[in-house]
Amino acid sequence: MTTFLLLPRKWIDRISNTWLNVAVIFLLLLPLVIGLGLVLKSLPLFHEYSLGSLIGSSDWSPLEGKFGFYAFIIGSLLVTLLSFVLSAPVCLLAAIYLTQYAPRWLMQAMYFVIDVLAGIPSVVYGAWGVLVVVPLISEHVAPAFGFTTTGYCLLSGGVVLAIMAVPYMLNMLMEVLRSIPIELKEASLSLGATYWETIKWILLRQGKTGIIAALSLGISKALGETIAVLMVVGNVAQVPHNIFQPAYPLPALIANNYGDMMSVPLYDAALMLSALLLFVIIIVVNALTNLLVYKTGTNN
Amino acid sequence: MKNKKKLEEQIFLWIMRVVTGSIILVFFLILLVIIQKGWHALSWEMVSQEPQGGFYFGKGGGILNAIVGSLYLAFGSTFLAVLIGLPVALGMNVHWVRNKRWVNILRFLLDALWGVPSIVFGAFGFAVMTYFHLRASLLAGIITVTLFIVPIFIRAFDEVVRTIPPGLLEASYSLGATRTRTAFGVFFRQALPGFITALLLAFGRGIGDAASVLFTAGYTDHIPQTLQDPTATLPLAIFFQLSSSIPEVKERAYAAALILTGIILAISVLSRLATRKFKKNIL
Repeated sequence: MTTFLLLPRKWIDRISNTWLNVAVIFLLLLPLVIGLGLVLKSLPLFHEYSLGSLIGSSDWSPLEGKFGFYAFIIGSLLVTLLSFVLSAPVCLLAAIYLTQYAPRWLMQAMYFVIDVLAGIPSVVYGAWGVLVVVPLISEHVAPAFGFTTTGYCLLSGGVVLAIMAVPYMLNMLMEVLRSIPIELKEASLSLGATYWETIKWILLRQGKTGIIAALSLGISKALGETIAVLMVVGNVAQVPHNIFQPAYPLPALIANNYGDMMSVPLYDAALMLSALLLFVIIIVVNALTNLLVYKTGTNN
Repeated sequence: MKNKKKLEEQIFLWIMRVVTGSIILVFFLILLVIIQKGWHALSWEMVSQEPQGGFYFGKGGGILNAIVGSLYLAFGSTFLAVLIGLPVALGMNVHWVRNKRWVNILRFLLDALWGVPSIVFGAFGFAVMTYFHLRASLLAGIITVTLFIVPIFIRAFDEVVRTIPPGLLEASYSLGATRTRTAFGVFFRQALPGFITALLLAFGRGIGDAASVLFTAGYTDHIPQTLQDPTATLPLAIFFQLSSSIPEVKERAYAAALILTGIILAISVLSRLATRKFKKNIL
């Protein structure tokens, strides 16, 4: 830190404070600018259509000027819901096992697994889904239920998303369960409760807020995931009637159409509106989650 | 009664074991498939050459353009993210440490931004580019990825900086150090392992993300020479080649996936080693 000696330290302090202020102003402006930019870009669409007709209609053919987001919104919600149903119980049970029953080395090993799983890029999950999940579903799972499918369907998207959500959910759930004071457990055990009863009545009740937060962050992660889902979910603009039919979530819609959107009028506005929808939904979910965690954090 | 209690616990214990085992199984299955599929297609030509004529029909060449492009992009955006994020993360714990409300607002904002999907940043970057009539370029890609990884870097670094005991702050001030000196001379040093972990985390996110560069960095068969050139990236190389119907091209996508996964694994190991090595400097 010899550079500190070359300039008067008051100057250094002033320069670095300016740097700090510029950086923080940039950060504060970022969400505002993103929101504003997306609103301005999607505004032309509202001159011609009402929000209700955009969200309520499932007619999607940009060439004829029809922009109905219903199928995409439903597709997004269904694939997210499916991934949640598949991953949440798994993560919760695994987190209970790892923090309460498993030997220490297994927990350490699991942190490594989580680290790597969280680091694997989504496009690699997508490639893996195409290689493993899609053929598995089209050849084994769907026939077992009496359906025929190409494998590029809602279920594939849900499975891939569920696996991608595991490291985030599991990590947070483990943190939550580990942070519960051991005295509470000891008190319950000393009253004659079994280990499992203690977990059921004390641990899960105490960690309720944290668990809800972990799960809802997993949901918001799944809602915005793009490339991996796009690669396996089939991308047909329809409302799927069962999990073996293709769907078309919002992020995939944006990613798939950036090439030809400039030539069709209002198409880019429609895609920016989908980005705006995603942005608003996820910011709201995250804000509510954080608020919940923050509120209970100050109460304790 | 007692047996029923025991039985329930036993049943759940087994379910939990199976579930935990299946997570580990899936983990190995992912690595195994990626390694096994990629290994066949991997060759020296793949990593040392740009695509030649007819590359996308299965002829010769490699994906050096995407490897170099991804590295440029990740280094550039990580540098910018540190430039913006470093003072903020330190400031939250030194300059504004007394102003709890303000720091909480900042953390709240950063957490919300962390969750914003990269496709939204990509779409926003594209909107800005069309507004200024810019083409897809390395610079646009770097800026978009920076926006996307800044919150990740700050929150990851902040989590470590905030564990530094307040006694160090008081000790530093009592020796007459300025806030800047305290932040960069004491706190930064103390949190150096956390800094490196956060740096590598941001780098890994930057290099692995496809959705944010899809609109903004473009794609090209050449290694970019200037910041205005479009840039190929590894995730997009995988994505585009995998959608090809020619088997040789698909094979290359698997090789590219292996290379990308290898880089991510190397970063993860590096981050662990660095944490261990730099722990020595901590009081």
